[in-house]
Formats: sequence, structure tokens, C-alpha cells
Amino acid sequence: MAEIVIKNLRKEFGSFTAVEGSSFKIEDGEFFMLLGPSGCGKTTTLRMIAGLELPTSGEIYIDGEECGRKPASQRDIAFVFQMFALYPHMNVRRNISYPLASQGMPRAQIRDKVAEVARILGITDILDRPVGGLSGGDRQRVALGRAIVRDPKCFLMDEPLGALDAEFREHMAEELRALHDRMGATTVYVTHDQLEAMQMGDKIVVMNHGVVEQFGTPQDIYDKPATMFVAGFIGSPPMNFLRFHGRVAAGATEIAMRHASFKVPQTRSPFEGDMALGVRPEHVRLSDRSTFRGRVLASEYLGTTQIVTVQTQDGQIKARVPSDKQVRMDEAVGLEFTSSTITLFDAQTGHALRSELNEGVLAHG
Amino acid sequence: MSSYSITEPSVRLKWIACVLVVLYALITLVPLLWIIATGFKSSSDAIAYPPKVVFEPTLEGYVNLFTLQNRAGAEQLAANPPTTWYEQIVHDKGMVISGPSRFGERFMNSVIIGFGSTFLSVFLGTLAAYAFSRYRIPLKDDLMFFILSTRMMPPIAVAIPIFLMFRAAGLSDTHAGMILLYTAVNLSLAVWLLKGFIDEIPREYEEAALIDGYTRFQAFVKVVLPQAATGIASTAIFCLIFAWNEYAFAVLLTSGTAQTAPPFIPTIIGVGGRDWPAVAAGATLFLVPVMVFTILLRKHLLRGITFGAVRK
Amino acid sequence: MAEVRLGNVSKSFGSTPAVVDMDLTIAHGEFLVLLGPTGAGKTTTLRLIAGLEAPDQGDIEIDGRSVTRETPAQRDVAMVFQQYSLYPHLSVRDNLAFPLRSPILRTPEAEIRRKVQQVAETLQIAHKLDNKATALSGGEMQRVSIGRALVRDPAIYLMDEPLSSLDAKLRADLRVELKRIQAELGATLLYVTHDQTEAMTMATRIGVLDEGRLVQIGTPREIYENPVSLYVAGRLGQPRINVLPAGVFPAAPKGADRIALRPEHIRIGAGQPAQVVRVEHLGDQTRLHLSLQGHALITLADPHTALAAGDALSVEPANALYFDATGARIP
Repeated sequence: MAEIVIKNLRKEFGSFTAVEGSSFKIEDGEFFMLLGPSGCGKTTTLRMIAGLELPTSGEIYIDGEECGRKPASQRDIAFVFQMFALYPHMNVRRNISYPLASQGMPRAQIRDKVAEVARILGITDILDRPVGGLSGGDRQRVALGRAIVRDPKCFLMDEPLGALDAEFREHMAEELRALHDRMGATTVYVTHDQLEAMQMGDKIVVMNHGVVEQFGTPQDIYDKPATMFVAGFIGSPPMNFLRFHGRVAAGATEIAMRHASFKVPQTRSPFEGDMALGVRPEHVRLSDRSTFRGRVLASEYLGTTQIVTVQTQDGQIKARVPSDKQVRMDEAVGLEFTSSTITLFDAQTGHALRSELNEGVLAHG
Repeated sequence: MSSYSITEPSVRLKWIACVLVVLYALITLVPLLWIIATGFKSSSDAIAYPPKVVFEPTLEGYVNLFTLQNRAGAEQLAANPPTTWYEQIVHDKGMVISGPSRFGERFMNSVIIGFGSTFLSVFLGTLAAYAFSRYRIPLKDDLMFFILSTRMMPPIAVAIPIFLMFRAAGLSDTHAGMILLYTAVNLSLAVWLLKGFIDEIPREYEEAALIDGYTRFQAFVKVVLPQAATGIASTAIFCLIFAWNEYAFAVLLTSGTAQTAPPFIPTIIGVGGRDWPAVAAGATLFLVPVMVFTILLRKHLLRGITFGAVRK
Repeated sequence: MAEVRLGNVSKSFGSTPAVVDMDLTIAHGEFLVLLGPTGAGKTTTLRLIAGLEAPDQGDIEIDGRSVTRETPAQRDVAMVFQQYSLYPHLSVRDNLAFPLRSPILRTPEAEIRRKVQQVAETLQIAHKLDNKATALSGGEMQRVSIGRALVRDPAIYLMDEPLSSLDAKLRADLRVELKRIQAELGATLLYVTHDQTEAMTMATRIGVLDEGRLVQIGTPREIYENPVSLYVAGRLGQPRINVLPAGVFPAAPKGADRIALRPEHIRIGAGQPAQVVRVEHLGDQTRLHLSLQGHALITLADPHTALAAGDALSVEPANALYFDATGARIP
């Protein structure tokens, strides 16, 4: 088992910078998510940890030992690819035992080991089948089996569920997380799916354009986003932004916009300029008493809840409200925010302004 | 510090690769360069031993290639003073030009037969490949295998029956006969190659066109053909190269009107034996059309070959 | 726009039935979503209506006219494919103009220009009109595909998982956009998906398919609140509906074999004892993974709940759904 520390890791491909000076720490036994849109550098980061790509500069410590330039085979890690990368000419058993056989482990021992892994993954009955005819889920299990069987220091996974269809993905995600909980091995997992990251991760690093935007626990990242990118990337629907030009003093608890003013968590520093007020859809309530009003543009039914889109004079707001609340198109409604959850942003740089709500998170982020 | 990467080759490996490529290029290009050089040598330089690498270039070989010449006496030479540069070259050898050679004719025969059979092979091949790729044809796999099986023995193995058939049908030494023959040989290759390419074009494109109001044939012309351009181009090159270089059938089935360049070039006889500079000049000129054609379609060809190679 | 009717339509591929006895009417101006997993026959149904497959039996009518024997071009339908529908050798403009230039429509060039421009603006791709189709991002490509359907004024729009290859954010944007466009045009639209969110948010009615059969059709709310079978109940709802043996809780109705509970059917605080196995913070909701008499149960809690793995609590059902041994609903 292993602790992984990334320090100022940087990777350039010619003139293109894929990863720009990232630093973060993955604790022993953690399920760690690298999250971001495609092209954000998350896969490159993972490939550098694996030893499939050479860092331009910076260090990678696995269990305290710097190994940024060691070949992949000497790092004692297991990599699970998005496309499974099973050997098509071998059956399930040979696929799983391959890493052991190539290490020169005695046959009897391999047999026991494979049997044990197959039991953990629930694939004992397909061990002697060719991999060609397997379903997506079974292929993924075999790929996992091949990773687990070596007892590596850590698992690196590159969108391992990306090729499965949506319905099955959720099921596999649960299975994978349960497996991790049983084995307790450090896992680094790359995904572009924010729900997957929130659902499975102990910690999340959010990357964009090669830069680490925020690093922390899922709930912290969700409630206290450090940047507008994070706020907009995480959550479905994402955080609402009302953009305006304004000013706040240090210690203020209210913010004035053109047409309304809102209570906000006490600010820690003064700011003047282009700002954005961020509020999550579930912290918006429809309220007839409110003076902040708008017109209903759309309502999307989601079973337990519905998403109501409201056009206000200060911008569009999506609210998540219980689905038993009747909402008609074009109806005028009042909106109220849960003030303790509001984040203010510097709209120019995208950075969150420090407040009572997020100062603990931003201090070490 | 030991450095390691699976995506960037080391400097030493790059050097080794470089040396190997240069070596390979030399081995393949030297004969070609030798032929081109020989075309510009004089008859005596061409057969000199040890071979001459440095020599005085002359167009004698090219002039000999395109003309027929007679030995002339001194007074005849004096009576016909040379008026052009090529007459001068001939004059200096003590000869006079008696007329044009047959090389031009034979070269045109090669062009007509080569490009004619290439066009026909690709045209028929595309239609057949489309049908094999898209329609549910009974015994499709067996038919495809049968088509391939026509290439399993060397075509020349059936030379005698073909010779007899051509004679009976009056196709001997005709352009049409040679075009038909080369098309028949190339067609199986064309169908196989093109079917691979057309298989790769998703059906959804045509289905979208059908729903958009086009007929099946219009969808084929407007949607499939443009996307198969790469495959069509590389197939055309393969077909042309075969038809252009074919020697055995050309020797067997043509002698006069439809004779192509390959059997003609080696028969060029000069004074006192084979005229090597003229043969080399003929070979050099003979390379030009295929080279131009290949260079024009080069972009397609490279893509086509790799595309075909990684196809499952 | 028109009404489309399928009467007893069946289609098999070899010995595999793809669509079985389908009776379905898509009303004029309706946004009907067919929902089902891979292999349920959704796409085949679409292709039967488009005329890309011929039914083994049954009849397909558009506006009362039988089109079963007509070619795709004659049926006057527009279709958006899951992928691969842009012609890579044409520009965006020519892709959009392609249906208008067909021998059936033969639109004058000036009219084509106007229509293409208008559709491109609606879909916010006007600035990309002269790009090559292959030079677009995934989202833009799919917009152009949708645009290629919208330039026409067909009897019905058919869409085969048009958003499935896009990332989540874009999908959410296009969902709203598509619904708005459909409402504005008053178009009849048949949309096929396996994504329950798409089905619930866009559909006026959802048809649930199971192995080629239409098992239930109704508004999203009807399907969600009153599923006729266990299968239908499992199609909608995030987290998935929990299915437990009916005997886990007391007072199951007669004949009940299983009880199905959505998070809103689970009351915490009284009833059967359960253990918290894992607490999953998804931001807007927190999922509690519980273990109840050895059965796994997922429900929702307050986002900032103090519950942690290992805690004990009690749960009881509230208005839960009951199903018999065949999976049929017990009212």
C-alpha cells in the first residue's frame, strides 16, 4: 500500500503544456479522483504516475521514494485502461495469471491466487471462457482481476467505466467502490464524469487546462468551490451565477446587485469590480414573499425533484424544487436563496472571494 | 540519471534508425540511378569496365531511342549537313536518320492499355465492392473467396488457353484484348481492396441520405464515392502498376499494333549489339507516367495503405 | 406535422425478435420518448418508421396514409442518428443544405441559404457554417446533425440517442434546447434513449420497451409514480429503486412477493433496524447505503447529515410499491 506525493509536476509536449506545475498528495488507502474535462491534463498526470510518460520537470514520490524517471515495471503499480486492454488471444484465466506468470511465480501458487481474485470479483464461472465473448461488465472485471492479482502498491485507473453504457456504469461504480473498501488499496482514478467522482472518491482533484483548480473532499469541493470553473463543472445542473458589477467591504454580510440585494456569508476581504454570485440549484426556493422575481422558462421533471429555470432581470437561475410543487410556464415567481451557502466570485479571475463559508477550505487549497 | 520513456525514443535509437533508413534507401535507389545514368552515357561508356561513375553526359541514347538510323558514306554525310542538335549527334557517329522509331507508338499503347484497364478495374470493382459490402447476397463469402481464388495461381499459368481464346476471338494484338485481360486479372484485387474501404464507411451516411430524399444510387454517388476516394486512389495505383509493368502476356499476345513498351524496350538494337544507353533511356521514360500518377495520388496512397492495414 | 401510428408491427432478425406486436400512436405535436436498455427494440422501431427496415407484419401509418411499402424518401421523415451522420467531405453549410437539395425537395438556392442560416442561428452554429464538418467539436457536430433534420418540415422527427455521445454539461444544455425547439415548431418527435434523465425531462409521454414489447406508456409522472411492473419501476429514479423481499417489512398486501422503495418511500426513525454501510456525498444529495437484514438499501439523507458508516437507525416504508412473483404491480 502506498502514499503518493506529486510535487510541481509539469509536462510539455513540444510547445503545448499538458500539465502545469501540479502538486497534491494521495494518502495511503485513499480512493482518489482526478477530475476534469477532456484535455485538462488528468490522463497525462496519471500516465506520469504510472511511468508511461516522462515528466518535463517535478517529482513523483511513491512511499517516499522519488520515481518520476523509473520505468513503469519498477514502480509496482497496476494500470486499468479505459478500453480494458485484455489480451484477446487468451482466455480469462490466462489473462488474469499473465502478470504473475511473467514474474515467474510457481504454477500452483498462481492457480490459488487467480482463484482467490476470481472469487473476490465473482467471475469464477467464466475463468475458462475466451475474453472475446464477454459482456462489457465482465471484461471490466477481468481487467480489474489482472490488476488486483499482483497485489500492487496502488491502482491507477483511466476512465475504466467510460466504455460501459450508462445504466451499467452506476452498478459497476458501486461494485468498484465496494471492492476498494474491502481491499483498502490506494487507487487513483481518472474521470470526466463529476457524478462518478463525487460518488466514488474520498478526495478529488479538479483540473482544467493543465492546472489544479481545487483539491479536497467531494462535499467541500461542492459546497465551497475555489473557482467558478469548479462551481460550474461540479453539480448537475451546475451552480447558478448572477453576474454584476459591485463592491463589498471586508466583513460585509449583504451584497447589493442592480435589482436586488442578498444576505451572504460574512466576507473576509474587500473587493470591487466584476463579480458573480454563485448559488446551487437546491439552495434556491420558490417563494411568493420574495421581491426577487422572475419568469419560469422551463421545468424539467426528475422524479423526486424538478429543475425549474427562471429568467430574472439579473440572469437565469435554475432551482431544484420538490416535484409535487406545481409550476406553470411563463408564470412569475419569487426566488429565495439559502444565504449561508452563497459564494461570491471575482468574475475576472474566476477565484472565489474569501468568506466565513469557505475560508477554511481556501486557506490550504 | 537513468531516463526512460515509452513514447520518446532515445537519441541513440534515433541515430540507428536514421542509418538504417539511409542504407535501405541506397540499396533500393542505386539500380534506379544506374539506369538513369546509363541513359546519358555513350555506347562505349555504358559497357566500359570497370564501370564509369564519372562520364561525359550525352543524349545519344535518347536520340537512338526515338529514331531509326542508317550508316552513311562520307559523301552522303557531306550532302546532308546536320540542321538540328540530334542530327548532329547522329552525324558525328557517321550515320543519318532514316525516320522515327516505334518507341512513341509503343509508349502510347502502354498508356492506353494501362490507364484503360485501370479505369475499368476500378469502375467495375467499386460497383461490385459496394454490392458485396451493402447487400445481403446469397453465398456472399463463397463468392468473395472465389473472386480471390482467381489470384491464387500466377496468371501466366493459363497463358496457352488465353492465347488460344484470344486468337479465336480475334483479340490478339488489339488494345481491347489487352485492356480486357489486365482488367480480368486486376478486378479481384480491386474488389477485395475496395470492399474493405467501403465496409469502413458507416451505413448511417447512406441511410441519412435515403431519409433526406435521395435514391440509393444518388446516395452512392454523393455520399459513398467521395468518402471512398482514398481507397479508389490506392486501388487505382496498384492496378496501374500491374498493367503498366506486365511483360509476359504482352510478349505472348502482342507483336505489332498493340504492343506495349515492356516487350519493346529490350529489343532496341544498335550498331554491333544491344544499344544499352537507348534501352536505359526507354526504361527511364517508361518510369515517368507511373511516378507522376503515384505522386499525384501520394497523399491518398499513404492514408489508404495504413488505413487498410489497421482495418480489422 | 402529423400523427404516426404503428399497428401490430413485428420485426425479427433471424430468430431474434426485435419488435413484437407494437401498437403505438404518436400524436400530432407530441414529444414521445421510447425508453429501454440496449436491445429493447428502440432503434428498430425508429428504423421501421423511417423505412430503413421493413416490418415482418403490421402496418405503419403517417397521417392516416399507410407508408409500409414506401421508400424512406417518400415517407417524409427526418432522422437524427446517434453518430456518423455528418458527411465528412462536405462543409457544415453543405451538410445542412443536403436534404434541401434532394430530388424530392429541390429547393431554390436562395431559399436554401435562408433556411440554413436560420437553422444555424437557432442552434448557435452560424459562425461555423463554412468549416469542414470534421473540424467541429462533438457538441457542434451533433447540433449540425439536429440542424440537418430541422431544415426540413417533415411529418415526424426521429431521433436515435442524439445526445449520448456528448458530455454531461452539453447534454443538459441541448436537452433544454431541443425541448424548446420542439415546442416552438409544434413538431411531432419520436426520441429514443436509454437515459432516464432525457426521458423524464423532455417527454410529453414515455413508452417503456422491454425485449421488443411496449410495456407501459404514459406521462413521465405516471411512469415514475405508477409503474405497472417491477421492470418499469426500475427504469426511472436516481438512485435506483430498492427492491427487497416483501416480508422484510410487516403488513405486505396479499400475494406480494417484493416491495420496491424509492427514497421518498423510506421513512427514517421508526420500524426495522438497519446499519449505515457507507455515506456518499454527491453535493446536492447524500446517499445512505444501508444494510437491512442483510439486504442493501440506498436512500437519501440531508446533504450535511451527521450519520456515518457503522451507525444504526430504523426505517419503515411509506406508500411503497408492491409486486407479485411475476413482477406485476399489486395495486
